[in-house]
Amino acid sequence: MMVFWEGYALPALILIGWILLIVVPLLVGMALLTWYERKVLAAMMLRKGPNVVGPFGLLQPMADGLKLLMKETVIPSGANRAVFLFAPVLTFTLALIAWAVIPLGQSESGVWVISNINVGVLYLFAISSLGVYGIIMAGWASNSRYAFLGALRSAAQMVSYEVSIGFVLITVLIVAGSLNLAEIVLAQQGGFWNWYWIPLAPMFVVFFISALAETNRHPFDLPEAEAELVAGYFVEYSAFPFALFFLGEYINMIMMSGITAVLFMGGWLPPLDVSWLNWIPGPIWLALKIAFLLFVFIWVRATLPRYRYDQLMRLGWKVFLPLSLIAVVAYSGVLLYAGWLPA
Amino acid sequence: MLRAARTVLLWEIGVGLWKTLVYFFKPKVTINYPYEKGPLSPRFRGEHALRRYANGEERCIACKLCEAICPAQAITIEAEPRADGSRRTTRYDIDMTKCIYCGFCEEACPVDAIVEGPNFEFAAETREELMYNKEKLLANGDRWETEIAQALAADAPYR
Repeated sequence: MMVFWEGYALPALILIGWILLIVVPLLVGMALLTWYERKVLAAMMLRKGPNVVGPFGLLQPMADGLKLLMKETVIPSGANRAVFLFAPVLTFTLALIAWAVIPLGQSESGVWVISNINVGVLYLFAISSLGVYGIIMAGWASNSRYAFLGALRSAAQMVSYEVSIGFVLITVLIVAGSLNLAEIVLAQQGGFWNWYWIPLAPMFVVFFISALAETNRHPFDLPEAEAELVAGYFVEYSAFPFALFFLGEYINMIMMSGITAVLFMGGWLPPLDVSWLNWIPGPIWLALKIAFLLFVFIWVRATLPRYRYDQLMRLGWKVFLPLSLIAVVAYSGVLLYAGWLPA
Repeated sequence: MLRAARTVLLWEIGVGLWKTLVYFFKPKVTINYPYEKGPLSPRFRGEHALRRYANGEERCIACKLCEAICPAQAITIEAEPRADGSRRTTRYDIDMTKCIYCGFCEEACPVDAIVEGPNFEFAAETREELMYNKEKLLANGDRWETEIAQALAADAPYR
């Protein structure tokens, strides 16, 4: 019994505690993100945004969520029930499990992360690629033309941009000398000028734009182009499955911002290496960086019109892919020539 | 060369982003509607009202010009002489669901009896509530007389 308790149950309970500690703020953050997006968009359109439900409209996402939960789940008669219902669950789960490797901070006892694996970058890359499955399954199982077209677009788009994301990741890990996300963050120590967004500025921009495409955000939101495809791959979804898709999409946004923050903006590190900034705990710095990146996500949405499909493909394959390829060669060449390669 | 540099540096996108950022900090134009309301022109054509003279006598003399001019045929009037011999309406109905708020009734009226007041918040839950009769219109007139008189006075120099 003691062995079972100490060897299995207690670690499992601690792990579940850790997971809840990340997932609960994440879900609250996602709810706040919908409010944040509406407020920022409204401000940029000279409107006020939601301000009736709760102080500053802060309870608006709760009201919306409650509405979605109380509605009827409609399953189209031609749909494949099992796949139709599994797709949103898959999208939602994949959006959450990527957080297992994002390092949130650091203390003397080690890095605050659920699983500090040495192939963290590869894990993130694999999980974000799997995200396409949820969308394709949703589009196919709905048995609807709009949903199917939306899913096809989304799949093609995500696959295209993953290629350049992959090359950007390669440059980052060449410069950092590690695939472990915590070590990548630690390699950026010592003030914001040491973060990779300055030495890797072109890659930062390519990564951010690809992240927009990867999360199907404006100006790459072709999968849900409402003027052509009604709502894209989730036209047929309602009530709770729709809420899961919605949650998954927004958590994906937070996750992509988190990855960008970890890879290029020093993760949990404060912008200046001084004591009173170091005193503020790491998760707060990470959250601030994520909030800033999410602001840019929304800012871009308020600014740019949607790309045409061929422009999207051209940008992905003819601009970003060669650019990131050349960058991999150029960065590794410079590092090798100057002898700056990390051990 | 310059064009290429601009493309690579995402110049146009930067300009666009700057524009939206400037707008982000501008004062907002939204009116907080049920608590705040926008200005109304004195010519605003809202809910109808039948007015009275200062001594309480109703203005309408049942000439039926409004009924005749109404392009939507929303007005129905029946009239007969009153006990004191003056000509007055016995029925004055406006179907607010038919009315197109053109203001012709107000223009046609020789005694300024039927007017369209400044009230636009008369939404109802049933259709029947929008079939206005004489009592309802006179009550509207009593309720909105101050505002209606002000609006008519403000607009009078331009008529």
